[in-house]
Amino acid sequence: MGAGHAHPLYLPGPSAVHRLPAEVKIVAAFLGVLCVVATPREAFPVFGGYLLVLVAVWIVARIPLRWIAVRSLIEAPFVVLAVLLPFTGPPPTVEWLGFALSEPGLLGAWNILVKGALGVLTSLTLAATTPLRDLLVGLQRLGAPALVVTIATLMLRYVDVIAGEARRMRLARISRGHDPRFLWQLGATARGVGSLFVRSYARGERVHLAMLARGWAGRMPRRSDAAATPRQWALGLAPAVAAFALALAGWLAT
Amino acid sequence: MAGHVTASLEIADVTFAYPDGHAALRDVKLCIERGERVALLGPNGAGKTTLVLHLNGILAAQQGSVTVAGLAVEKPNLREIRRRVGIVFQDPDDQLFMPTVGEDVAFGPANFGVTGADLHARVDAALAAVDMVEHRDRSPLNLSGGQRRRVALATVLACEPEILVLDEPSSNLDPVARRELAEVVLRLDATMLMVTHDLPFALQLCPRSIVLDDGAVVADGPTRELLADEELLRRHRLELPYGFVLS
Repeated sequence: MGAGHAHPLYLPGPSAVHRLPAEVKIVAAFLGVLCVVATPREAFPVFGGYLLVLVAVWIVARIPLRWIAVRSLIEAPFVVLAVLLPFTGPPPTVEWLGFALSEPGLLGAWNILVKGALGVLTSLTLAATTPLRDLLVGLQRLGAPALVVTIATLMLRYVDVIAGEARRMRLARISRGHDPRFLWQLGATARGVGSLFVRSYARGERVHLAMLARGWAGRMPRRSDAAATPRQWALGLAPAVAAFALALAGWLAT
Repeated sequence: MAGHVTASLEIADVTFAYPDGHAALRDVKLCIERGERVALLGPNGAGKTTLVLHLNGILAAQQGSVTVAGLAVEKPNLREIRRRVGIVFQDPDDQLFMPTVGEDVAFGPANFGVTGADLHARVDAALAAVDMVEHRDRSPLNLSGGQRRRVALATVLACEPEILVLDEPSSNLDPVARRELAEVVLRLDATMLMVTHDLPFALQLCPRSIVLDDGAVVADGPTRELLADEELLRRHRLELPYGFVLS
């Protein structure tokens, strides 16, 4: 654990995609998802084209298909509703294995599934190739509000400190015989959460003092490494341009 | 300027009371010359932290004045004052808030307008001064207590302050980490005010000590002499560790 904050969605690597500045990748991912969402749902082959573009990025970034597939399961709970649509949608219906499936329902389900899946896969690709800290720097370079960047930066740093404090408080509780098995025994845990909040608040004040003491003036200092070059922008936006061409083809074909 | 050297820190008749009326500082007077290492001793609640927060204008004196290398601690000067006064807070987790050691050390000088290669050089020099160069890209969370304390010191050294203020630098350190910190501090060529309850640590690092009690300076002199004065220590709830005798 030598290198800053590793997170389970990041897959370190030396590829060209990894080396691109974060802001380029954020913009490319955003534009890519925008194209997917704007594509007519009946333009079936176009969605296959989007997947091919992503596969090409994974090959360049050396992200194994299995690695992405396992993590994309996170989408599953969100698409349960889509599975119900063919059964609950309006007529006309089509017969399939003895079930009468609604045609508009099928199309609606497909729309949710394919666009959701492509969105998740795009986000996973961004997360796999960009450390969390660089994502924040990218947002800062793209002009995200200073307050948002500051809050996210501090959250990144302190979430583990607060989790450690919560862990120690829990250990201290169970060491004194606390064993919350039933709802009415949760009082001590709830009070623990309350005191954790008060402690975190007090820590927040101390951190603020320490920041003021080192010249804090309301903005995280920008890192001095150079901004993205036109070549990096061209390289990074290539998949987004391909996605735009596909979306255009989808509109023209339907 | 011939013959006159400005003191690093001058505190003249500073008085401060908290909003609830509790008088935390009463007519505090002291002067620290350039290059001196001074310990600020005193029992809990003596006003030590309150005094420290006056040094960089986080608290403002209700009476009296504080000057750092000739510059008054007043609102228009606060930015420069905070560059000149480097405070290392007691809990490194409060001080180290950036995701990596390198970024945290760069935070102060970047706020004071240092950029590019200069900033990089400052960070390198500060980390080298505390023997932490190889930990530049690590998260502070993954460091030991002693390493965090040294990085906290580096975050302030990188601002190239006129005076270093260390708040309880040896608390929660194991003996080895405490010794390593002492070695680092002794190597630094800096004016220093060290707030501490650790009297042997004060004796090791600071030739001069000031005792603060109930908001007032009650003693100021060579550390060894003050710590050998049992009556003085007893009167102000100070105590050497068991078995520790000064002749």
